[in-house]
Amino acid sequence: MADKILYTRPDSIRDVKSHYCPGCGHGIVHKLIGECLDEMNCREKTILVAPVGCAVLAYNYIDVDGIEAPHGRAPAVATGVKRAQKDKLVISYQGDGDLLAIGTAETIHAANRGENITVIFINNAIYGMTGGQMAPTTMEGQVTKTTPYGRDVHDVGYPIRACELLNTLVAPYYIERVSVHDVPHIVKAKKAIRRALQNQIDGKGYSFIEVLSMCPTNWGVDAQTGADWVRDVMQPYYPLGVFRDKDAEEASRVQ
Amino acid sequence: MGERVLLKGNEAASEAALIAGCTHYFAYPITPQNEISAYMAKRMPKLNRTFLQAESEIAACNMVYGAAATGARAMTSSSSPGIALKQESFGYIAGAEVPAVVINMMRGGPGLGNISGSQGDYNMCVKGGSNGDFHNLVYAPATVQELADLTLKAFDVAEKYRILTLILGDGYLAQMSEPCVLPEPSGFKAEKPWALTGAEGRPAQVINSLRLADGVLEVHNRHLEEKYKAIEAAEVMFENFHCDDADFVLVTYGTASRVCKAAVMNLRKQGIKAGVFRPITLWPFPSVALAAAVAGKKQVLTVEMSLGQMVADVRLAVNGAVPVDFLGRPGGAVPMVDEVTERVLSYGR
Repeated sequence: MADKILYTRPDSIRDVKSHYCPGCGHGIVHKLIGECLDEMNCREKTILVAPVGCAVLAYNYIDVDGIEAPHGRAPAVATGVKRAQKDKLVISYQGDGDLLAIGTAETIHAANRGENITVIFINNAIYGMTGGQMAPTTMEGQVTKTTPYGRDVHDVGYPIRACELLNTLVAPYYIERVSVHDVPHIVKAKKAIRRALQNQIDGKGYSFIEVLSMCPTNWGVDAQTGADWVRDVMQPYYPLGVFRDKDAEEASRVQ
Repeated sequence: MGERVLLKGNEAASEAALIAGCTHYFAYPITPQNEISAYMAKRMPKLNRTFLQAESEIAACNMVYGAAATGARAMTSSSSPGIALKQESFGYIAGAEVPAVVINMMRGGPGLGNISGSQGDYNMCVKGGSNGDFHNLVYAPATVQELADLTLKAFDVAEKYRILTLILGDGYLAQMSEPCVLPEPSGFKAEKPWALTGAEGRPAQVINSLRLADGVLEVHNRHLEEKYKAIEAAEVMFENFHCDDADFVLVTYGTASRVCKAAVMNLRKQGIKAGVFRPITLWPFPSVALAAAVAGKKQVLTVEMSLGQMVADVRLAVNGAVPVDFLGRPGGAVPMVDEVTERVLSYGR
């Protein structure tokens, strides 16, 4: 009897060693993107915009054409790419410092234009690549290299909720926040990413998927504690769910 | 021959970019270059090309980077403070070797300065401006005609070398109207196997400037050095205006050179043999030609609309063979023909 293969590396993911830390969420999200590209048969029509941050080497893992953007400028670079290659699937993959601090203007305006791109936003509440500084999404009281006594919201402000912020804009087509802290949520995250990519293929416009993710190394915890922290600390402040779904709005209008 | 028309500098540069086949133009408002974005906003949609007003100078140039990385002919334009913001992407474009065209219609500085024409951005634009070892190829037109011709050429040369070409004009050139014969398309077509078009039927490829592995960046820097040497060997442009029999040579570029040519004609009427050596490419700087042009002369005078920036390159090129004097008017002022004439007369016969 032949063995049945239940799980394998997606074709869209290269067979190389990962530089990501144990317990990090980037590898999971890369794999989900790879699975979606396989299933949608889109690997050969995808252009990935990599950010500055831990995912700067995303193009070493996801086997598609890639371009590296200056810190925070990924949505602007993606805009240029998409406006010149309208039939390609353009993904802007960004972390929290990139998307919500140095790149806030680019983030908001690409969304506001309704650029027909897909933004995948990894929110792990910290700057990972540089060794664990406060991010715009760092939780109140969270200890980082630059908030050694905990984030004092009266001094440096409150963590920013990206989905809620972008949901004030008219143009975005789809906005959802998901999590990759356990298997059921990873399955849901994949559905959201798939949906966001399909929206782009269908020419519907801007889709934004925020992924709550783990950074055990810079949080100073083990992998399981990191996953639990996403569930117990991040999720209450960053509620999961669909914030904008113009398909559903349209369907309810028709009814 | 193209059509002879009366155009503002900004319009001539825009039309030349259209003739060159610029398919993507990314804008951000700043005086004195706003006619470029207005012109492109009107014309690009009619030609089924892309005009987009970005949220910032920074974003506009990153849009150029993205579009150009797919092989499109892309351009942005700005003026001094806006160019300062674009410098970030200039370094990435240089490191990633993406062809791009940028126009800088210089205004007075530092900071917000004023909106008059000036030449205070020589150091920022010719000496790099962004981090790391790199060059932009910089053209300095002096007339509306030359602005149109060099803008067309800038697209070809950018693709030939996969480099950012910069048109360094100023507010006066941007705003003045002159007759201009629209240039003909050159017909140049570059192969772009590096362009990001999706990995269909070929291995996936990456456009980036990050080179982390041991020694890899040095190899890349050496590769860029070879490219820069090839450009220095092939792309230098300058004008020699009555230098051959001259005793006094004025070294000057762009708008300031127009004043100097008038001064030279004045001086020659008085029996004083003067000439103008005008760099048209500021990088690569015409050092060898300049050294030859001033050999055996009595005096060199560098004239700029700044406190003296190009003069450093002039002194390096002349290398002490002839005394080099400087006359500059910063802050949006233009040197007067009389003051240039008097300075040369002060050297004696």
